[in-house]
Amino acid sequence: METLFYIAAAVTLLATLRVITHVHAVHALLYLVVALIALSLIFYLLGAEFAAALEIIIYGGAIMVLFIFVVMLLGPLAVEQERTWLTPGAWVGPSILALVLLGEVGYLIVAGDLPAISIQEPRQKAVSIALFGPYIIGVELASMLLLPGLIGAYHLGRRLSSEAR
Amino acid sequence: MLSTPALLLATMLFGLGLIGLLSRRNILYMLLSLEIMLNAAALAFIAGGARWGQVDGEIMFLFILTLAAAEVSVALGIVLQLSYRFRTLDADAFSEMRG
Repeated sequence: METLFYIAAAVTLLATLRVITHVHAVHALLYLVVALIALSLIFYLLGAEFAAALEIIIYGGAIMVLFIFVVMLLGPLAVEQERTWLTPGAWVGPSILALVLLGEVGYLIVAGDLPAISIQEPRQKAVSIALFGPYIIGVELASMLLLPGLIGAYHLGRRLSSEAR
Repeated sequence: MLSTPALLLATMLFGLGLIGLLSRRNILYMLLSLEIMLNAAALAFIAGGARWGQVDGEIMFLFILTLAAAEVSVALGIVLQLSYRFRTLDADAFSEMRG
């Protein structure tokens, strides 16, 4: 458990360091996805399985796809630019880090009855009860935050398309 | 007990995000650094929840996730607008307000 945690922490730190020092946006996004997946493994080791799943689905999936769409929209996507993005050096680093994470997950599955891998149903039940019990005002506030976010994103995107020359 | 190293990792991640936010001038990288810092805060909440065996950490993680989704959608719209109007992503070029 401890060793797995430290390996995942090292992967997270290395990938984050590459994110903030990289020049190419797509490469930095690749490293950021690896960092998020490593972070979700850490959440899993800390016993928060639901948070780990959400980290992969929403952060690694939805938010990173938004970033990639914006990077694609920003510049003219010239052929030579794509060629520099897809050089082997671009995916070797993230692939090595992701293989380390894959090895950790494989070890967790093979090792079997670790306490981390047992699904604790009462904990998820407690999360749900607390979310819609004492924290119901937070859920309402989140909905009040998401609706202005939706309207703001729609407004900013719409003006961009209508003013396009 | 993994909470203490997890809190240390959260501190280091937050520091890395802060360094990235202060040192990079590309506004897209500043957004990425903000995401890293939000993740570090979420990790700190999860570690606190794991330390005390309570579910409040995971609930705060859910709220941070909602906040990040709303923030990213609006901020990326602003990035698109800025790149369309100024033809650059340099944060120093957006100085029309003389701030």
